[in-house]
Amino acid sequence: MATSEIRRNFAPAEDMSFDAIQGSRRLKGMLLVAFSILALAVGVGMVLTLLIDVLVRGLPWLDWQFLTSFDSRFPERAGILAAMVGTALTIVITVIVSLPVGIMSAIYLEEYARDNWFTRLIEINIANLAAVPSIIYGLLGLAVFVRFFGLNRSILAGGLTLALLVLPIIIVVSREAIRSVPNGIRQAAYGIGATQWQTVWHQVLPVALPGILTGNILAASRAIGETAPLVTLGALTFIPFLPKDLLDRFTVLPIVIFNWSSKPQREFHDVAAAAIIVLLGILLLINLLAIVLRQRLRKQF
Amino acid sequence: MSMAAPSESSNAGLGLQQRRPHALGERFISILLMTAAALSVVTTFAIVLSLAGDTVAFFREVSVIEYLTGTLWTPLFSNPRFGIWPLITATFMTSAIAMLVAVPFGLAIAVYLSEFASLRARSLIKPLLEVLAGIPTVVYGYFALTAVTPFLRGFIPEIKSFNSLSAGLVMGVMIIPIVASLTEDAFNAVPRGLREGAYGLGAMRHEVALRVVFPAALSGVAAALLLALSRAVGETMIVALAAGQNPTFTLDPLVPVSTMTAYIVQVSLGDTPYGSIGYKTIFAVGATLFIITFAINFGSTLIVRRFRERYD
Amino acid sequence: MPVLINVTQKERETEPISEEMGVVDRANVVLETQRLSVFYGNFKAIHDVNLSFQKNKITALIGPSGCGKSTLLRALNRMNELVPSARAEGAVLYRGHNLYAPNVDPVEVRRRIGMVFQKPNPFPKSIYENIAFGLRINGWKGSKAEMDDIVERSLRRAALWDEVKDKLKQLGTSLSGGQQQRLCIARAIAVEPEVILMDEPCSALDPIATLKIEELMIELVKQYTIIIVTHNMQQAARVSDYTAMMMMRPDRSGEVIEFDTTETIFTKPKDKRTEDYVSGRFG
Repeated sequence: MATSEIRRNFAPAEDMSFDAIQGSRRLKGMLLVAFSILALAVGVGMVLTLLIDVLVRGLPWLDWQFLTSFDSRFPERAGILAAMVGTALTIVITVIVSLPVGIMSAIYLEEYARDNWFTRLIEINIANLAAVPSIIYGLLGLAVFVRFFGLNRSILAGGLTLALLVLPIIIVVSREAIRSVPNGIRQAAYGIGATQWQTVWHQVLPVALPGILTGNILAASRAIGETAPLVTLGALTFIPFLPKDLLDRFTVLPIVIFNWSSKPQREFHDVAAAAIIVLLGILLLINLLAIVLRQRLRKQF
Repeated sequence: MSMAAPSESSNAGLGLQQRRPHALGERFISILLMTAAALSVVTTFAIVLSLAGDTVAFFREVSVIEYLTGTLWTPLFSNPRFGIWPLITATFMTSAIAMLVAVPFGLAIAVYLSEFASLRARSLIKPLLEVLAGIPTVVYGYFALTAVTPFLRGFIPEIKSFNSLSAGLVMGVMIIPIVASLTEDAFNAVPRGLREGAYGLGAMRHEVALRVVFPAALSGVAAALLLALSRAVGETMIVALAAGQNPTFTLDPLVPVSTMTAYIVQVSLGDTPYGSIGYKTIFAVGATLFIITFAINFGSTLIVRRFRERYD
Repeated sequence: MPVLINVTQKERETEPISEEMGVVDRANVVLETQRLSVFYGNFKAIHDVNLSFQKNKITALIGPSGCGKSTLLRALNRMNELVPSARAEGAVLYRGHNLYAPNVDPVEVRRRIGMVFQKPNPFPKSIYENIAFGLRINGWKGSKAEMDDIVERSLRRAALWDEVKDKLKQLGTSLSGGQQQRLCIARAIAVEPEVILMDEPCSALDPIATLKIEELMIELVKQYTIIIVTHNMQQAARVSDYTAMMMMRPDRSGEVIEFDTTETIFTKPKDKRTEDYVSGRFG
């Protein structure tokens, strides 16, 4: 009989050993999990090693003098004052420009745009921009801001370039935040006679704000770590002064790290490690800020 | 935006006519928002135009044939040669090494996250990956140059101070979170019903993961891997720091090379005046890089569109 | 054969329904639950269910939406465990062995107690591979010819062979909904389970495809034991031998309020709620 012929291929129904999964079958699953954990361990282990290495090498150099001095040809006199000021000013410009434009784009795409060719063009375009290598943005800034608009290799040119770089990220995270606002809120607002903008401004944005802000802070932290576009733009590696205004020449922390790392002297590598500690510390603070802000705002609304 | 009280606008009839001031304001706002959204399209055009301008100028001085077929890249020497291949081989060698690391590890993490991990493990691993992805690339570059290369020298004494191997390995670790999160998205897009179908037959977790979920998500995985490859090709600081700035036409991972991105950095750091041939080269190389990454990204989009599994 | 013990309404409120009611033939019970409860987090979705399932019979689980029919069905082959917060209390006895005992592997349980789902879910592979998959993962070793043989026999038993024999290499997902569901049934019986759980297998199908599946079930039950969740009263009446009526109340869900032969449930139910439900007054 057909049934019993097939049934013979497996443990018979009378066999009650439910734990009889073949060893090799179970082993394969365990190997897969083991490999996954190994993969995680490699990534995390490498970054842990990196952090420890950086801390061991950089901490002895990290003092008040390091934070308040300009760069120098001598490692023991080198500092990151100009770089920190440069980073701060650049990021302020980046945020001031990209935040409103990004949020406005997101509002348009989520609340206003109809499903037509123009909307699709913008959406495809944003997806493509997000995948353009950052160094290409440097070339864009060099051609457009530095030369075409005559801003020279200035803080303003750098900030604007980074603003374009993070714009796709800001749009994407802001859209997600706006999309997650329940539709009932919009309908309720329309129901009492609010216009579209009143609905967006008074109801949708306040609810979406925690998500938007968190996403934007993370985008800003991406901008802080960017090196390649600013190098390409022509930001300097060696700046022994503080910028007078936004059209002055500048450097930023990542570029200083890059510069010191590529010097042959070992002492400069240690100084670079100290600068990395500062950079990672700043990023850590910003991310903590994002988390705290999100919690606070969540409670409020 | 003040809410107009109904009485102000309802002098005539029932007041159901359009509230004029609002209508104007609403229109203005919607145009403003649309302009902001259109800025991203302007950005793309600006990128293409700014690359094209100096690239065209470059090819007025240099033959396209030499650029596309030459294997010597010495644009700043007194006897300049403009063959792009040394930069391309270097770019793809470092990217290939990075993918060799990132693909198996990233996929394994994604499989684990989507098919094995408990909620608690997930809530631990996801932020960890975000931390990995948030470290600036210049820091990874520092690490490749000052720690990984000396470490590798312990096993491979002939390795040079600048080499593709350690740059590629570190870049691979950098890309792991990207591969993991993009492919996990692809796995999560596989409907629950397929998994249940397999579990209902007595499949174990790894069998469901490898023989049902993975094949069903294949197009999404391929698209994700292409995006990761494009990240590797365009990555700059790790290779500029650790792989060197010597345009050598070689596939030896132990010697200094120069990727396309590293070359752009090298020229940008020097004092190259506007309009000089050196200045134009970085736009020509940039345009080449842009076209290559665009082609890879486009391929990824095509795969997603063409092979999207339809389950309904 | 079934000897009915008269149970008053009051007793039934407090006492769980069980085989002690004498509806089923003890000697032929394949699967039974003992005080089975299922939780999702703190929510108790199934309350102390005692049910017995007869060999080579079709048992239908009926009841209004959200009463826990699917949850109960999925607890029988431990599919519930795929939901992270789910856990079960009590026991499911398969030929007298508790499937929830610590040394029991849920994977082996599911091989013996197969499942067919609400929405047809063929793997995006060929028709042939859909059926071969279960055999391969269960460590089946045999020649290509033997595999061909099993694929053919499984498809024949699922009454699908004549329709697909010339296109075994085609994607399973390319079939029509009814064919997909029969493919899923063929896939389930290829690994020779003893019990087949069916979770509203026809709810996504048109009437003709539904009829085919019902005919198939009546054919299959000669070799297998089938437990089916259905919303369709006519379907339960047409195909099943036994019927369990489930209910939820505001304070608790997932209770079996009446269990009997299908004929009794549909002609002279003892519980007013059952009567209301099967006559279409609610649910």
